[in-house]
Amino acid sequence: MFLDCLVTPFTANAFMQNALMAGILVSIACGIVGTFVVLRGLAFIGDALAHGVLPGVAIAMMLGLPGMLGAAVGALGMIFGIGFITRRSNLSSDTAIGLLFVGMLALGVAIVSRSHAFSGDLVRILFGEILGIRTAELVTQLAATLVIAALAVTCHRPFLLLCFSPEQAEVSGFPPRRFHAIMLLMIALTVVVSFRTVGTLLVFGMLLAPAASAALFSRKIITMVVSASAIGTCSVYAGLLASYHLNIAAGAAITLSASLLFFILLTARQLMPRPAGAKS
Amino acid sequence: MTAAVEASGLGVGYQGETVVADIAFRLEPGQVLALVGSNGSGKTTLLKTVAGLLPPTAGRLDVLGARPLASPARVAYMGQFHPSSFMLPLRVHDVGRMARFARHGLLGRLTAGDERAVREAMAVMGVSALAEAPLNALSGGQRQRVFLAQAFARDADLILLDEPAANLDGAARAIYRRQLHSLTAAGRAVILATHDIDEAAECDRTMLLAHRVVAYGPSAEILTQKALLSTFGMVGKYQEGGIVIVEREHGHDDCEGH
Repeated sequence: MFLDCLVTPFTANAFMQNALMAGILVSIACGIVGTFVVLRGLAFIGDALAHGVLPGVAIAMMLGLPGMLGAAVGALGMIFGIGFITRRSNLSSDTAIGLLFVGMLALGVAIVSRSHAFSGDLVRILFGEILGIRTAELVTQLAATLVIAALAVTCHRPFLLLCFSPEQAEVSGFPPRRFHAIMLLMIALTVVVSFRTVGTLLVFGMLLAPAASAALFSRKIITMVVSASAIGTCSVYAGLLASYHLNIAAGAAITLSASLLFFILLTARQLMPRPAGAKS
Repeated sequence: MTAAVEASGLGVGYQGETVVADIAFRLEPGQVLALVGSNGSGKTTLLKTVAGLLPPTAGRLDVLGARPLASPARVAYMGQFHPSSFMLPLRVHDVGRMARFARHGLLGRLTAGDERAVREAMAVMGVSALAEAPLNALSGGQRQRVFLAQAFARDADLILLDEPAANLDGAARAIYRRQLHSLTAAGRAVILATHDIDEAAECDRTMLLAHRVVAYGPSAEILTQKALLSTFGMVGKYQEGGIVIVEREHGHDDCEGH
């Protein structure tokens, strides 16, 4: 009976299988990218990118174009905008990110609010529709996840050095600006392909919560990436189950599961005996 | 013979603003140059310019016969700050291995020779026993030894060290100084930034900096009371064979006894 509750929703419903598949792919992409977001302190830019795609998606939908295309244009606009403001002013990148973040979000809401027909779209953009995922979208998500994984493997040395010290990356022959830009593009790609699944508002939670949970226990970056992906997958599974049985929004349930897992793991770590440290 | 570093009319600074101008020196392989000066005198700025982290504001600078950063595998740099290291899930051994990335680019495999170089550098700096320890569990002194091991594991022809003896206890300082001697004996050139006059006295050459080059030459000739007074700008005196620098900074007196 209990096992039925855990398994049957997925075996009996094709839409739940698709949702699980899409969620796992999102978890892997977010696990890889989220690790670097957490380690490099890029949470704010991740948040800004997740919200900054809104006007792009809204305009694309108004014009009858794929939302993903609009999201990609919005994300690239954010990245170039942040670079432009920081280069042309003495403002910190945090200020530039904040300015564009609120501006883009407000623009997106303003565009959507022009028509009642779009209010449903706004909910879909912000919270996703993982239960309505089609096979073609799964293929796109798979391709994006493979691209992200390939980039992470190819750039793992400069990414590690960037996390350790951008100066060490530079003197090792890996220009920090170039690899920082690649990292931002990976965040943007994750946000763009994930917004259909968990929505722009919640993809940020999937970027951050599993990676932050993994950081509590990991002693190697590769362990952190794998753990973050696994924790994300568990969150997707638990969230979908909760959504199915409790009739709550799937995207929100997934992200809520990821956040709850973080607090459970944090509490567990506090309760665990501390290992003997090397400090003296 | 190609100089390890050769500079003439060199200006160093940030965003086009010169901190120290008209720097001229030539460092041969097998020599150690100490950059000595008070905080903000330009030591780190010059070191970073040689490393290729900052563009020169003027003049000419050749590093191992080419422009800075032309041969990343042949130059090791240890900066003062590692702001991210506290939360990074890295083991000590992983930090050492990073030194070898410059030789292999994005995807080239690390060889047995690379692993041996890392192990040897860690052994020299006395951190072999910490190889599996997380970096963020180490004390400041242990971490400094790990960063020095990382610089030495590069097996570079030019080694740039910014305040390398900071946080080191007496025993670790002795180990580090022995390693400097063996590196220079093997023909490696070293530039280090330091406040430690004793450390500078052991180097082949010293450059005293105070937003300008106060003096440059063989350490024995350069480290005079008069030159040190010009460099640090305050009272100095010899005491029991050592030098005491009394430096006024932001209205306070700091003393460094040696």
